[in-house]
Amino acid sequence: MSLILITEQLLNGLQFGLMLFLIAAGLTLVFGIMDIMNLAHGSLYMAGAYVAAETMQRTGSFTAAIIVAVGVTALVGIALEILIMRKLVTRDHLAQVLGSYAVILIANDLVKMIWGPTPVMLNMPAMLSGPVELLPDFLYPAFRLMIIAVGLIVALALYAFVTKTRAGVLVRAGASNRQMATLMGVKVPVLFLGVFTLGAALAALAGSLLGPITAVQIGMGEEILILVLVCIVIGGIGSIRGAFVGALLVGMVDTAGRAFLPMLLRNVFPADVASSVGPTLAAIMIYVLMAGVLVFRPSGLFPARG
Amino acid sequence: MKRIVLSVALATAFGGSLVHADTVKVGMAMDTSGPFAAVGGEVRDGFNLAIKMLDGKLGGQPAEFIQQDMAGNPDQARQLVNRFVQRDKIDFFTGPVGSNVALAVAPALFSAKVPYLTSNPGPSQLAGAGCNAYFFGVSYQNDAFDEAAGKVAADRNYEKMFIVAPDYPAGKDHLNGFKRGYGKPVSDEIYTKLGQIDYAAELAQIRAAKPQAVFFFLPGAMGINFIKQFVAAGLDKDIVLLGPAFSGDEDIIPAVGDPILGMYNTAQWSQDLDVPANKKFVDAFRKEYNGRYPSVYAAQAYDVILAIDAAVKQVDGNVKDREAVLKALKAADYDSVRGKFSYGTNNFPIQAYYLRKVEKDADGRLVNRLVSKVFDNYQDVYVKDCKLK
Repeated sequence: MSLILITEQLLNGLQFGLMLFLIAAGLTLVFGIMDIMNLAHGSLYMAGAYVAAETMQRTGSFTAAIIVAVGVTALVGIALEILIMRKLVTRDHLAQVLGSYAVILIANDLVKMIWGPTPVMLNMPAMLSGPVELLPDFLYPAFRLMIIAVGLIVALALYAFVTKTRAGVLVRAGASNRQMATLMGVKVPVLFLGVFTLGAALAALAGSLLGPITAVQIGMGEEILILVLVCIVIGGIGSIRGAFVGALLVGMVDTAGRAFLPMLLRNVFPADVASSVGPTLAAIMIYVLMAGVLVFRPSGLFPARG
Repeated sequence: MKRIVLSVALATAFGGSLVHADTVKVGMAMDTSGPFAAVGGEVRDGFNLAIKMLDGKLGGQPAEFIQQDMAGNPDQARQLVNRFVQRDKIDFFTGPVGSNVALAVAPALFSAKVPYLTSNPGPSQLAGAGCNAYFFGVSYQNDAFDEAAGKVAADRNYEKMFIVAPDYPAGKDHLNGFKRGYGKPVSDEIYTKLGQIDYAAELAQIRAAKPQAVFFFLPGAMGINFIKQFVAAGLDKDIVLLGPAFSGDEDIIPAVGDPILGMYNTAQWSQDLDVPANKKFVDAFRKEYNGRYPSVYAAQAYDVILAIDAAVKQVDGNVKDREAVLKALKAADYDSVRGKFSYGTNNFPIQAYYLRKVEKDADGRLVNRLVSKVFDNYQDVYVKDCKLK
């Protein structure tokens, strides 16, 4: 096992974790502040990817694709909040889960109506489509490096927003005690609309960035939503810092498990056993991680509500 | 007056039921939603083109095509098939995309004596000990594409082979099929999580192993992700990418785009296969669907309808005579898009397999082109376990 391979896997874990964070941030804020379980968050991620693909095909510009995807999905988020989420706030979690699940089904069918059942094409920009040589003999995909850079910048910006700005103070207040915040004069509905829109925009950013390396297809939101929920539970619901740490942990553990477990097992077991046990173990590692965290910190690593 | 009304009513009812009895009914389980939606769409388009070209008739008889979506779900499919058999009294069944679904619905169809012509999956169970006179593997046996790819790798003297598939039963079957065709030990073998979206960890291992070629069976979006990430990592410069047609067909190509250029894959059919019936099919398909090229799935679905049409014609519309229908189906006497082929004792085809490569056509559209013939008359290995004669 070479040092290059380990470094490459660390970068892979970082890249995957940062993308999970972009999606987790919006979801955890919405859940933390309004106590709404929005399963349809993955559909916003899907919407971002599809709009980006459409824009890319029409304009050929990846930058335009990202900007349009983020803008359009933010508008979709606003509509979703005003038409549906606002009505679900007063209902219990079961109604919210059912309601937002219905949104998933509707969203998937709407996407099928517009773009058809086959996955659509979203290519990476030609400039970033190859690998770059980080060190002699160490190639890494340029596009993934760009994702890492964008992910880090957004994470920092979000952290600064939540900790340094007045709006961020309100967001934190709303997350830690909604009733108290309301009593202190915070206009929670307006705050919530803002947070929901921000969450939609972040999910769309993740969708348009991940679209070129994965597939833009119906149901892509649900696949990633499960991992995102794990990140949030590990990090502590409602906390941006928690979502960040949780996402990086899940990204790293998932990548490391898939990369190194089969190799390690190969030293102990025959090759055919190792190649079949390894991935299965790797797949459950993040859930073991979640269970482990919950045993020692039942409300996650950095809970917003103490 | 009363009597006239009564007799008119009787006549209508009687006449109606007579027409009803003549209608050939085909139950079609479609997977246009769910995990196989992309492939299901191809299958549907193939069916509908053939139906349109036959004016909605089968063997010149009026026909009814009952298309129901069952979302690739075995339970839903089982219920649907029971309804097809009991309420609709279908004469033929076809459709589902997944092997798991085929295995789930087959017993009910066999006991009801309804011929089942698969438009895609050819599970080994139904080719071997579980073979049945009512099942026709019009398409292929599941292992065939992989064995052909294995033979390609062996013929090209690839010494270091890296093979990848998702960790579920079909994944193992496909890799075993490849190994059988390859005939020597592979240097590395990876199983990934089913439905995985990011292959960075696996690609880093491939980079470290430096193989000559990678064979992968990753259906649907998994394959799309894999190919895109493989090319973005720069691995395509030194490593040949090889797969069964499931990994490089028309359901995948448009979603991957340019990175798929140059990928090799194996199938029993290609859009440029030099067969008159195929030329007619491909031209009609492209005309019907905005210049889109058909996939293997669409070609197979088209063939299924033609096969039923020929069988109905051969029994003069008397589809209730199941013995005669089975005999007619087994003759495979129709203009298949693959050219002439025959069935083995297990009702799975003995046919040629080809190597294809994704290239650009004159309009810059990505499409599979035939490279060479891999097998002339391939018969699956399970036939020896089949008790049929």
